[in-house]
Amino acid sequence: MNPHNKSIEELKDIASQVRRDIVRMVHAVNSGHPGGSLGCTDYFVSLYFKVMNYSTDFKMDGKGEDLFFLSNGHISPVWYSTLARAGFFDVKELATFRKIDSRLQGHPATEEGLEGIRVASGSLGQGLSVALGAAQTKKLNNDNSLVYVLMGDGEVEEGQVWEAAMYAAHHKIDNVIATIDRNGQQIDGSTNEVMSLGDLKAKFEAFGWHVLEANGNSFETLLPAFDEAKKSTGHGKPVMIMMDTEMGYGVDFMMGSHKWHGVAPNDEQLQIALQQLAVQVASDY
Amino acid sequence: MKEYTYSEKKDTRSGFGAGLHELGKSNLEVVALCADLTGSLKMDAFKKDFPERFFQVGIAEANMMGLAAGMTIGGKIPFTGTFANFSTGRVYDQIRQSIAYSGKNVKICASHAGLTLGEDGATHQILEDIGMMRMLPHMTVINPCDYNQTKAATIAIAEYEGPVYLRFGRPSVPNFTPADQKFEIGKAVMLNEGTDVTIIATGHLVWKAILAGKMLADKGISAEIINIHTIKPLDNEAVLASVRKTKCVVTAEEHNRFGGLGDSVAQVLGTNFPAPQEYVATNDTFGESGTPEELMVKYGLTENDIVAAAERAISRKQ
Ligand SMILES: Cc1ncc(C[n+]2csc(CCOP(=O)(O)OP(=O)(O)O)c2C)c(N)n1
Ligand SMILES: [Mg+2]
Repeated sequence: MNPHNKSIEELKDIASQVRRDIVRMVHAVNSGHPGGSLGCTDYFVSLYFKVMNYSTDFKMDGKGEDLFFLSNGHISPVWYSTLARAGFFDVKELATFRKIDSRLQGHPATEEGLEGIRVASGSLGQGLSVALGAAQTKKLNNDNSLVYVLMGDGEVEEGQVWEAAMYAAHHKIDNVIATIDRNGQQIDGSTNEVMSLGDLKAKFEAFGWHVLEANGNSFETLLPAFDEAKKSTGHGKPVMIMMDTEMGYGVDFMMGSHKWHGVAPNDEQLQIALQQLAVQVASDY
Repeated sequence: MKEYTYSEKKDTRSGFGAGLHELGKSNLEVVALCADLTGSLKMDAFKKDFPERFFQVGIAEANMMGLAAGMTIGGKIPFTGTFANFSTGRVYDQIRQSIAYSGKNVKICASHAGLTLGEDGATHQILEDIGMMRMLPHMTVINPCDYNQTKAATIAIAEYEGPVYLRFGRPSVPNFTPADQKFEIGKAVMLNEGTDVTIIATGHLVWKAILAGKMLADKGISAEIINIHTIKPLDNEAVLASVRKTKCVVTAEEHNRFGGLGDSVAQVLGTNFPAPQEYVATNDTFGESGTPEELMVKYGLTENDIVAAAERAISRKQ
């Protein structure tokens, strides 16, 4: 069971709140990655408030629960906010993000014991392998819950992703639902300028995956895609949601380019962003 | 005691960028590769003015190291650019086999080394890279201390034939070495002569060693301060000559106490002239998020730590 199981209207409000958290968190320390975080907010809110079966009483082994792994660890703000809003830890702790002695490290880490995190990430390209390992352990344990993993589209330029992709199909790891945040942006520019990714859907299909596509900034298309992805598990193929998002989604001046990949808003920009991110019942940390 | 002053703080990575740009003009064999961090590595100027010699490889560091090795065959001098973690640990075997063992003339240029990378945290703050790189046969390991020295080192390594690991950082630090310095690989730089204790520092810790020298002088302690910008090959003669005189040493580095400058010095002393040594280094730990200044305090890498270490070293003299 998902502990929240919210309606679409509620999900939208939570997403706005998470986006407010993201811009406030990165603003407070003048560092961090708002662009990908804002783009993937609807994905995270869907997972934790609707899609995944889990308990907020965090256990590393997660037996009998769905697991989530974030491979593109730089979008930690959206994960931290979602975890706090979902009840893993106090939202007040979001104020410690990237500060010294915090459990909310710049990139997700396990050393400080933050609830919800099972492996460190930040160095790109490693999360899919970890998720596949965890999925195989679920099979060995006769645990039929699922493993979710998110990667960036720039991230798939790492060769390890393709080693993992090949492995997943060969070993028929059909209890994993991987997602690529296809926002078309990375640090030095658009993915087209930096490294042409070509037809990612066709590439993963050629590697033996079952690939769905969805608009990641619309709950109306994202939730049905998750439903279909779940139905596609257990059929001998790893499942991928190729998710189109807009980097910086929800804050107009952060959208449309790679520029806000890893830059924090200044005071004035924060105020503009917050005006655009209205919530019904504002409850900023 | 020599006084060191600076008019400006600058980041060492910008010294790399400036040196690389000069090489673009002066050495047509120099090519540059970058793994989606052109701005962070300050390679934009080279990219803009020498686009046909700049290669964007995307987020694919292992591929970058192999490409660089291949480009040397036929005479190019490749400079690779990414963060220090992704320049070393991520690609250790590619460097080991295709570059070091194969004796390829690749310059591995690594930014954001150490704790002073700051808020990104431990995944990016490598504190083991000097150790990894100095263990590789054929590898030269250089960690300059400021903007001017990083620029000079960048230019100098193009003239040297063989694989080099050039380590630099993210924050702005005092730029105090001369702009017209001649950078000699493997040659220690004597910053201040002294008689009571030798302080050997590398990278960002060199300026802190200078500050510590002043604080020690106020206490009546005469410290000899040496900038070791080349950790491998180490300037054994300089180390031994100094410690023979002072009879004790402090090593200071933004790196784990295992495998770095301290161990390099200890090895020379242990086999030639055993003497009390104190390490200013991180203590077998990963880093964490925080401002560079906070982290240097928390992990014991300040001028105060150097002073305390010097006093301990002196008290241990026979
Ligand atoms: C192995 C590795 N190389 C380089 C980096 C530096 N880096 C952090 S994020 C990033 C771009 C990632 O692009 P993408 O996955 O598309 O994420 P987005 O920018 O869309 O959030 C890079 C190059 C890294 N973290 N890890
Ligand atoms: Mg992207």
